[in-house]
Amino acid sequence: MTIGAQLINLFAAILLLLAFAMLSQRRVVSLIDLFAAQGLVLALSTAVVAYTTSQPHLYQSVALTLLLKVFLLPWLLYRMVRRLDVRWEFEGLVNIPTTMLIGIVLVVFAFNLALPISEIASTVTRSTLGIAIASVMLSFLMMIVRRKAIPQVIGFLAMENGLFFAATSATYGMPMVVELGIALDVLVGMLILGVFFFQIREQFDSLDLKNLEQLRDERMPRPGVSRKAQAVSPESKQP
Amino acid sequence: MIGIVAVLALPLLGAAVLAFVGERPYASRVNVAASLATFLAAAGLTLDVIAHGPQVALGRQFLVDPFNVFLVALTAFVAFTTSVFSRPYMLIEAEHGRLPVARLRLYHGMYQLFTFTMLLALLTNNVGVLWVAMEGATLTTVLLVSLYRTPASLEAAWKYFILCGVGIAQALFGTILLYFAAEKVLGAGGNALLWTELDAVRGDLEPTVLAIAFVFLLVGYGTKVGLVPLHNWLPDAHAEGPTPVSAVLSGLLLNVALYAVVRCKILVDGALPGAFARNLMMGFGLVSVVVAAFLLLRQRDIKRLFAYSSIEHMGIITFAFGLGGPVANFAGLLHMTVHSLTKSAIFFAAGHATQKTGTQIMQDIRGLVTISPVVGWGLTLGALAILGMPPFGVFASEFLILTTAMREQPWATPFLLTALGVAFAAIFSKVQPMVFGDTTATRLPVRPAMLPVFVHLALVLMLGLWIPPFLAQWYRSAAQLIG
Repeated sequence: MTIGAQLINLFAAILLLLAFAMLSQRRVVSLIDLFAAQGLVLALSTAVVAYTTSQPHLYQSVALTLLLKVFLLPWLLYRMVRRLDVRWEFEGLVNIPTTMLIGIVLVVFAFNLALPISEIASTVTRSTLGIAIASVMLSFLMMIVRRKAIPQVIGFLAMENGLFFAATSATYGMPMVVELGIALDVLVGMLILGVFFFQIREQFDSLDLKNLEQLRDERMPRPGVSRKAQAVSPESKQP
Repeated sequence: MIGIVAVLALPLLGAAVLAFVGERPYASRVNVAASLATFLAAAGLTLDVIAHGPQVALGRQFLVDPFNVFLVALTAFVAFTTSVFSRPYMLIEAEHGRLPVARLRLYHGMYQLFTFTMLLALLTNNVGVLWVAMEGATLTTVLLVSLYRTPASLEAAWKYFILCGVGIAQALFGTILLYFAAEKVLGAGGNALLWTELDAVRGDLEPTVLAIAFVFLLVGYGTKVGLVPLHNWLPDAHAEGPTPVSAVLSGLLLNVALYAVVRCKILVDGALPGAFARNLMMGFGLVSVVVAAFLLLRQRDIKRLFAYSSIEHMGIITFAFGLGGPVANFAGLLHMTVHSLTKSAIFFAAGHATQKTGTQIMQDIRGLVTISPVVGWGLTLGALAILGMPPFGVFASEFLILTTAMREQPWATPFLLTALGVAFAAIFSKVQPMVFGDTTATRLPVRPAMLPVFVHLALVLMLGLWIPPFLAQWYRSAAQLIG
């Protein structure tokens, strides 16, 4: 195994570790640090792939990753956390040891899913495809178990990181126009979410998602939604 | 080529102008003008395709073929009529104090950008750009759903963002796998994601990879189509956003997402020997039809009711494409057209009804015919059309789908018939008292903008009786393409 391939495997392993670290991290600020670290490792591993396989177009995605995921997005997130003053997260839906165990099961599943694909792949990075899918799934798990808005969004962004890693592992990266489009979408999405967080905050005084669980098919509408809501008598409510 | 550029550039230009115009009183007129210009450009493009046939333009990056040309025309048309409807509607909403006038800048700008992303998704030949445009369509509508900034609308928008965001991430993984398979055959680079190139070599693509890719693509784009069990965001977003947004979400966005699924299905069908993709689509479609039909029964909110009806109809269309074959595909394409026209018409009428009565709760809406005969009759006719009453177009497409299902997949017909019956009972029993029930309310002096409703319903009626030959020709060749 060449030194390049070893380095790529090392970075992949670090990515997986970071994904687990994010799963167990309760502090929002540390979560952002971990996300930035993930972006950095991603950029390094892409750079090694670009160098060992001499794929010049990958350097552009390295630059894009560094700019977007190591500097811009973490900076935006820090700003948001500071302005919204949410430093701590107290509890998740499932306790952390259980989450980790579910995570391990997911990793096993991801490796099995990746097996038939990486057999066909001819890239030097094919062995890391399992790790890429695993980090996508771990981020997904993180989104499910977190109750606060910002950790959920970090999970969402980490998922995008995992997908980017999958693209580099399986195919040496997507065509440039697509990659630019994805980056644009992520950035615009982040900005819209920023606006959105302030709206939630203004309305509920907190970013706890338990405030956002009122909508049901047979719910009594909240005041302001319908001016006649109070007129409905309880007897006429459907089961 | 100029047609494609115009169709895409005009809404972008409109968005820029509207951002500049802001909350000035004529902003809503500019919005209508921009939508009209887009519609005229789309009509021009359509005429061009009628005269010269399908085309691939701008370095093969854009594609117009029988499958997407009518969707482009439909999207531009409904976006235009919705802008006509939204002009008085949003002004009255602002008057009622549901949103500050200043926020109309955001509304108009995002409305145009949303039109742009949908048209881009339809016209692009690049499967990757299709993904980017679909994600863009989510992003532009999130702030539209939360436009009123009520707790309920914020919740709906958050759910919409997260669920569709996760869904669309699955679709991205599917696209990556598709590129991975394509790169083996076509070589690396931008061309390997061009749909026309992929279609030419679809028999050589690696079947295992494509099967996995299709699962991810179906789940991903299926979230946006609103297929059960991925539909949770849909009723909330429809009920809590402004009515024009509900109309374009139901009438257009669901269609565009389904279009993305079917484009991918064509590639997968070519690569896989069995009916893998078709069975998956049939299953998802049937589950959506049945579950949505039963959920219709317990709805209390008029917009939620018709949102569930959209899930049901998207299920029918997905099922039709899953059945495959010239007749079912033809019916699926027809159903996409008539559902889009009918459902947006219903949302227009329902929007006026809620505005006049001040509530979305159906028990509190009574006697619409007394309050405003046009709104009452518009809602009744729309409901009858969507329930598949002859001679409306929905009847024709549902009849074709049912008879094909009886012939080819007889086991599915009882489910379909039950679901259609339940949906009929649910919707009719709720709409009838709203329209004809007793009311103490008096007739309001304001004249509603009901022209779009009746134009849509007239078109649906026409499609039930007579399909223009060029449209039938497109449906037939698209049906053949879908396989």
